[in-house]
Formats: sequence, structure tokens, C-alpha cells
Amino acid sequence: MIPLLDDKVLSHIGKSEPPQKELATRRDIRKYSVATGQRLRKFLDGDEAPPLFHIALFWDIVPLDELLTDGLSVDPLLPEFPLKRAMAGGWNIQYHRPIYPGDELVAKRTLSNIFEKSGSKGPLIFYEITRDIHTAAGEAVLTEKMTRILR
Amino acid sequence: MDRRSAQSISPGDALPERPLVCDTVQLFFYNAALWNAHRIHFDAPYATEGEGYPGLVVAGPLMGDWLTQCVLEWMGEAGELVSFEFSNRRAAFVDDPLVSGGTVRSVDATTGLVSLDLHISDADGQVLTPGQAVVRLPVD
Repeated sequence: MIPLLDDKVLSHIGKSEPPQKELATRRDIRKYSVATGQRLRKFLDGDEAPPLFHIALFWDIVPLDELLTDGLSVDPLLPEFPLKRAMAGGWNIQYHRPIYPGDELVAKRTLSNIFEKSGSKGPLIFYEITRDIHTAAGEAVLTEKMTRILR
Repeated sequence: MDRRSAQSISPGDALPERPLVCDTVQLFFYNAALWNAHRIHFDAPYATEGEGYPGLVVAGPLMGDWLTQCVLEWMGEAGELVSFEFSNRRAAFVDDPLVSGGTVRSVDATTGLVSLDLHISDADGQVLTPGQAVVRLPVD
């Protein structure tokens, strides 16, 4: 098999973004809780954030003219891959402490791995983004690994 | 809600199932909460004619969230979520009847650590979103 991934693409492994800082507000937690159909009072009242709230809190905000025709935006952490079509993704999260309203949180994303495998219908590219979230005071909140497959 | 402890459960125990349907309003709210403009979630002509889907696509992480709800509602306030993983294997579409559920895989009565297998399935019983969680329950 001829490798799809050249040294230039692989050189992006280990690249990270400047930390992103966001404030968790009760209102945003309540909106998220209604949107996801939570039934526990502490989430609906915004006293604590549901375990995947950080996905909403740290979603990238880009100007309208930077959105692609499908409505997504280019992830500045990723190189140009030789395969384009995104398949299923996987998420793995280690929790250290819940998020509460008023928390100032800092997230740092790192492109932690890129590799290829041969699938039954052709080659596949896997990439993995690690996101570490802690409070502004330095307390660990969670560590997330997201894996995406391209075909 | 029952108070769970590592002694009150056994491998093979089922977590309560919950029927779930993501309608257009919920899908809109979810993607608005994220600020996600991916058209497959709100632009029906684009999703069907542009990308060939049978309808608006339910956002993958929303189904992941439903798995965490399955765990937290079962576990009760005394439990603690240690880790969680899920993958979106197959797509679900707006108004599809889905169900969340899970099973206790293992229990460590000394540490209170319990591992769970989780799933979102469609009406045919096909698993769309498998997941796993580890929780820490009180040790009696």
C-alpha cells in the first residue's frame, strides 16, 4: 500500500492552539439542558452543567463569511488531508470535576495523532484531537480525546 | 430515585430504557446552543438533495448526551461520573423513534468503580451510538 500521509501532513502531530477562555453561565447551561432534554433539576435550573456541556461552551465562533457552503468552518488545527469525507467520530472523556455556573474555564486543543489504516472499502485516515479543560485557577476539569475518520 | 451503591448492583443489571425522538425544534435548539451552522441539521433540501440523506440528521454529540443522561439518572446523586466514551456509528434522522439504554458490565465492590455498556438504538434494535462509562458508586 502506498502511504497516503506524507511527512508534511504528519508534521502537524503535536500542534496545538492558543488556550481558549470561556465563562460558564447559568443561562447557557439552562439553554443546553433544555436543548438536550435533561430531566434532572440541577441541570434544568443551571446549578451544574451536564457532562457534555463543554462541547457547546467551546464551539468555535467564526464570521459568516468564513463558513463553508455546508455551514461548517475550517478547523485551523488540521492540515489539508488527502481524504475529505468525514465518517463517524468517537469521543472519550475523563472527568475530574463538574462545571458550575460562574466557572471561568480554559481549553487547550492539541492535534495528538494522525494515522492511516486500510478499511474494507479502501484507505482510511484517522486523526485525534485532545482537549484539556481546566479552571482559570488551574483546577483540572476534564480531558477529552476526539477521533475522526476520513475516507 | 433509588440510592445506588456498589453492593446494590450486579453485572448484567439493565439501566432503564428511555424512548427518545429528536424533533425539528429540539434539533434546532441543540445546534443553536452549540452555535453549529452545519446545514444537514436544519436545511432539509440541502440535507436530502445536497447530501443524499433521508432527512435532517440528528447531531452526533446530542446522542452522546442522551447516553450520559441514561447513566446519571440511573446512578443518582451519590454517584460520580469518572469517564465516558461514545461513537456515532450510524446516523439518526429527525422524528426517528430511538431508545437509550445500558447494562452493568462490571462492579468493583472495593473501589466502587462500575463499568457500563450503553447504546442508542433505532426501532429495529440496531445500535446507532454505542458507548461506555465508568462511574464511582458509594461502597456500603
